[in-house]
Amino acid sequence: MAAAKKKDSAKASNKTAPKDGAGRNAPSVDVLKKYYRDMLLIRRFEEKAGQLYGMGLIGGFCHLYIGQEAVVTGISAAQDNDKDTVVTSYRDHAHMLACDMDPKGIMAELTGREGGYSRGKGGSMHMFSKEKRFFGGHGIVGAGTAIGAGLGFAHKYTKDGGVAVAYMGDGASNQGQVAECYNMAALWDLPILFVIENNQYGMGTSVKRSSAGTLYRRGEGYGIPGEQVDGMDVFAVEAAASQALEYIRSGNGPYILEVMTYRYRGHSMSDPAKYRTKEEVASFKEERDPITSVKDMLQTQGVDEAELKEIDKEIKAIVNEAATFAQESPEPHVDELWTDILVEESA
Amino acid sequence: MPTNILMPALSPTMTEGNLAKWLKTEGDTVEAGDVIAEIETDKATMEVEAVDEGILGKILISEGTQNVAVNTPIAVLLGDGESANDIGEAPEAAPTAAAAEVSEESAPVAQADAEQPSGAVVENRDILYHQGIIVEPPPFDEASFTDVYTATVREALRDAMSEEMRNDETVYLMGEEVAEYQGAYKCSQGMLDEFGKDRVIDTPITEHGFAGIAVGSAMNGLKPIVEFMTWNFGMQAIDHIINSAAKTLYMAGGQLGCPIVFRGPNGAASRVAAQHSQCYASWYAHVPGLKVVAPWSAADAKGLMKAAIRDPNPVVFLENEILYGEKYDNVPSSDDFVIPLGRAKIERSGADVTIVAFSIMVGKALKAAEELAEQGIDAEVINLRTIRPLDRHTILESVKKTNRIVVAEEGWPFAGIGAEIAALIGEHAFDYMDAPLARVTGADVPMPYAANLEALALPQAEHIVKAAKKVCYQD
Ligand SMILES: Cc1ncc(C[n+]2csc(CCOP(=O)(O)OP(=O)(O)O)c2C)c(N)n1
Ligand SMILES: [Mg+2]
Repeated sequence: MAAAKKKDSAKASNKTAPKDGAGRNAPSVDVLKKYYRDMLLIRRFEEKAGQLYGMGLIGGFCHLYIGQEAVVTGISAAQDNDKDTVVTSYRDHAHMLACDMDPKGIMAELTGREGGYSRGKGGSMHMFSKEKRFFGGHGIVGAGTAIGAGLGFAHKYTKDGGVAVAYMGDGASNQGQVAECYNMAALWDLPILFVIENNQYGMGTSVKRSSAGTLYRRGEGYGIPGEQVDGMDVFAVEAAASQALEYIRSGNGPYILEVMTYRYRGHSMSDPAKYRTKEEVASFKEERDPITSVKDMLQTQGVDEAELKEIDKEIKAIVNEAATFAQESPEPHVDELWTDILVEESA
Repeated sequence: MPTNILMPALSPTMTEGNLAKWLKTEGDTVEAGDVIAEIETDKATMEVEAVDEGILGKILISEGTQNVAVNTPIAVLLGDGESANDIGEAPEAAPTAAAAEVSEESAPVAQADAEQPSGAVVENRDILYHQGIIVEPPPFDEASFTDVYTATVREALRDAMSEEMRNDETVYLMGEEVAEYQGAYKCSQGMLDEFGKDRVIDTPITEHGFAGIAVGSAMNGLKPIVEFMTWNFGMQAIDHIINSAAKTLYMAGGQLGCPIVFRGPNGAASRVAAQHSQCYASWYAHVPGLKVVAPWSAADAKGLMKAAIRDPNPVVFLENEILYGEKYDNVPSSDDFVIPLGRAKIERSGADVTIVAFSIMVGKALKAAEELAEQGIDAEVINLRTIRPLDRHTILESVKKTNRIVVAEEGWPFAGIGAEIAALIGEHAFDYMDAPLARVTGADVPMPYAANLEALALPQAEHIVKAAKKVCYQD
């Protein structure tokens, strides 16, 4: 949480920074530190979730985001976090952290405890926070995209100035309802940013084997602009998202960002990921890691090892606190089985 | 303090595995995320990654060891400034590195469990029923609505939607042909003119997509009415109705619900054959988290539609094309005519046999009751109005009086609404019954096109008469 809260100030300082060679804002140390923190929080959180899963404390499916941290971090940094809404699939822990949801509540939901965001009734794949404008957490591939278009519909209907950010996987982008929603979003100029997190695989099926053409260009027929972005570079993601969001917020309708990324772990905890080579995984981990590159930039800018260690310690403390909470929080009361099925009006 | 690395569970079902290979040796430096070992599970060979950095101080389980139980310490990790001499300090059964900081796994749960306050009050009628409690329906003084007007079912639906849209800015109507065409069955006549195109919205023919959009908008503060041109096409949207709308409140621990109405004509129309003639009452009534409503008269249509729109839950509203044009002179005009969901109506009271029906079958049941009266049998006709939550109380009170029951529905018999009511009777009225329950249903076949076959597939008043006479032992 502490890591995510710095968001606004960091964004502001980014705006006033001088341009770098590529015409982008040269990142200030503040911005670099913010991204480093945000991404590290996700990575450490996910590693901890993996560990708790290994100990049998988390059950069922558990989809980790390790490797993809720059995507949600960059996009969230470009959002108006007082207005915009977010929805994604089951690979959702990072999106919730980026929405400034409490790591304790997220982890406790993973362990199925009363202190979880859904009081243990949703689990890893189904979590929500009305307060933080995070609308799930959906286990059905493609469903989040239509729900996202609906969030955008409500923004437009109420003229509240918000934009819906709807994440989907490369696999999800083949669902019929995604095409249906591109059509309606364009037809009705809905304020929605479609984010395709192209991590190159949908479970064991590579994009090459599942998807014809180029994913972001599927909006063209509907008149939706789109682009491909390097998802291992948090600055590239933030820059593209800022432009896209400005375009959407000015009333131009939807935009598609295809963010090229990679997941280091298997699809879920039980996936040995035999469908790809060790070399392929290593090439991303060793040469493209989004956290290492920001760390390198920090060091180039003169931030010393001790200070980085201090940040690591801070993040670790947040994650450990979440893990402790997630184990100490009691299981939901047995009567919870029978509540929250309908809103009872007499209640 | 040195910390133990434990044998991890790598799938939901894994309880033990083989330690296939160590990729680090004692004395190696380990970074978080490094692959340190390979483990064979029941399904595959998996890599084990380190969660913390340190030095691999000692390997406790050598490679090649079979059937290592989950959570067995397999190695010891040394932190900054620690040496192999410190290993004795690693507590015997301490969890892994980070887990040492997160305390033991099971104790806090058991302990806290005992301290828990008692749970929330259960109010859900269906759940209470399965706990042995039959709740009375919500009160409603229908006779007090004396100001009435004449309207068709179609007009009554339009009036209900319009009244609610006047009352609440967040209510909107969306669907195929609802705006400019005024509704495929003219149920939204005049609404585009009154409310404009931002609130009466024509969609492309994409049921799955627009149902999902409506659900998302409901989560984000609106109250959509989604028209399916017919419920047959709503099948394309069933994933959003069930997985996205009905389950969200529960999955969100009560934090976020989905106030939405899905409506459209249900059941058989006339001569449109198999793909356009099906009753979905039993399909949707199966699902916890949905309310399912089926009006018969124009007053039903108006009062139930208003209730459905005001209800904070997802409501499946099953209309009937054949009834749209039926005219009634007793439609209450009051804005407060809101029929509580979960309350059935006794359309005709009688002493000899109970006939339970919904939607178009209510009219057929009333016709049957007239014929039965001529033959000396006094039938009570119950119009369910709401299928779920089912007004079990009214049904039971009636059969306790008549001791005989016929359930009439247009849908297929298997796991139908009649089957559910049969279970109710078996569970709670067994001792009151003077005859076995009888079901009148649609024929258990896809709807045929030929006029003669279609007539045979649909239940008619005469079938109800026959069934009622049978349970009265007068056949
Ligand atoms: C409708 C549906 N079909 C199949 C599945 C099973 N499933 C879960 S995740 C997944 C792969 C999705 O891949 P992608 O969209 O690329 O997302 P990623 O997992 O890479 O984040 C599949 C097939 C599902 N959950 N929902
Ligand atoms: Mg993918």
